[in-house]
Amino acid sequence: MRPWVFPLLLLALLEAAARWLVPGSDALAPPSQALLAFGKALSASGDDSVLQATAFTLSSAALGLLLGAALGVTLGLVLGLSRRAAAMGFLSIEVLRPVPSVALIPLAMLVFGFGYRMEISVVAFATFWPLLILTQAAARQVEPQLLEVAHALGLSAWARTTQIVLPAMVPRLFIALRLGVSFALVVAVTVEIAANPSGMGYAMMIAQQSLAPDLMLAWLAWIGVVGFAINALTLRLQRAIAHRMGEPRTGVAP
Amino acid sequence: MSSAVLQSSTRGRATTESVAVLVCLLALWWLASHLQWVSKVFLPTPEATLESLVQGLSTGELAGFTWDTVVRMLLGWLLASAIGTALGALIGASATARTWIAPTLEFLRPLPASAVMPLAISLFGLSGGMVLSVVAFGAMWPVLLATVHGLASVHVRLREVATALQLSRTAFVFKIGLPNALPDILAGMRLSMTVSLIVAVVGEMIASQSGLGQAILLAARSFRASELFAGIVLLGAIGFVSNALLALLEHQFLKWQRH
Repeated sequence: MRPWVFPLLLLALLEAAARWLVPGSDALAPPSQALLAFGKALSASGDDSVLQATAFTLSSAALGLLLGAALGVTLGLVLGLSRRAAAMGFLSIEVLRPVPSVALIPLAMLVFGFGYRMEISVVAFATFWPLLILTQAAARQVEPQLLEVAHALGLSAWARTTQIVLPAMVPRLFIALRLGVSFALVVAVTVEIAANPSGMGYAMMIAQQSLAPDLMLAWLAWIGVVGFAINALTLRLQRAIAHRMGEPRTGVAP
Repeated sequence: MSSAVLQSSTRGRATTESVAVLVCLLALWWLASHLQWVSKVFLPTPEATLESLVQGLSTGELAGFTWDTVVRMLLGWLLASAIGTALGALIGASATARTWIAPTLEFLRPLPASAVMPLAISLFGLSGGMVLSVVAFGAMWPVLLATVHGLASVHVRLREVATALQLSRTAFVFKIGLPNALPDILAGMRLSMTVSLIVAVVGEMIASQSGLGQAILLAARSFRASELFAGIVLLGAIGFVSNALLALLEHQFLKWQRH
């Protein structure tokens, strides 16, 4: 009950302001009209643009994250397990990492044109770095005793990685992955707002440009709801996994 | 002594290898562009990029764009830090405010800052002020949440001390709460600097405000790859320098804590 009071108060204020202070504005609409506009967009016969746009953004974010995570986790493992490799890669990583992901939007546009591939590539670049850094840290924090056991058992490097190190890293990897999920969503929407003419971000830009503030606010709220739902879901998943792997439920946040 | 010599020699080797890897990457870029593994339309040669960089900086055009972006980023970041700390202190100082307002903050936090841009455009138009407001809004969250968290996590003992000294709420916030939250706030400010740069660049792209964001978008649209790469290099440099400066600042500010 309590968490809802403040947002409802804000919405009521916005409703009142939009109705009485700036009626008929091109910039603001009352939330009730935004809800109506969203209902209309959802139920328009033969038009599944809402679902299509949502699916586009989510699938681009997911594929980009998959690519970025695959590369980031692999390299992070190598750098985390070998101090020498970490020292060798240090400078290159420090030089490349600060490049803001959005700076690659024009380059991705030039290489791939518009569509899935450019969005996926930018999301992959953006999620690669945090996953690399967090995986490296996670691999470093594997108990040294476990590595000694692996050594005593005479395991090969491959067996040591897959049978000892990776399982020991799973809870931390999921924390990294959860961070990656929220990153991926933010970057995907940003790419759509800045350049790519598809997805939820673009739908919102179009609503703004066609002076439909009700639809624009509806998209903003929808982006918020989708982001919140996915973040809540991954948080639950991460906690369940941490619990199963025998870590305490609390104190796992990065 | 021999171990110290050994250590310094391994460190020296590590530095050499680290530089060697970077040089190898640059050489790979040189090869890929010269042997046309990747089309010249997308991937300019390192020399061409350097030439665009030097030319753009010496004629002042690129330097001007860099300056515009840096100012936008810093102004937005300062606004975000001030507003975030103030709002965070207001919310964090009272347990009642925390229970009623904090869940809403958690809901708003994952919202992409750039998603607010269309709303800001319809409110403020395609102006520099619009971009600045979105930069400040987007970069405010890390600081705001860090401040709330830092104030909420004041140790019980310190609260008891404050009660015993009969500190007013304002005095508690300034004398105990904010100093206690300082490490969190500084970490938040570092994150918010990164967000500032990203949102500033996106804003320049959408609203055609002068800056590196607009410059690289125009360079890509007219297939001037070397200028595009020069812009990306400059943006990376801005990110690198601002991050390094903030790390230094954090180190200075938190000296008292380690003693």
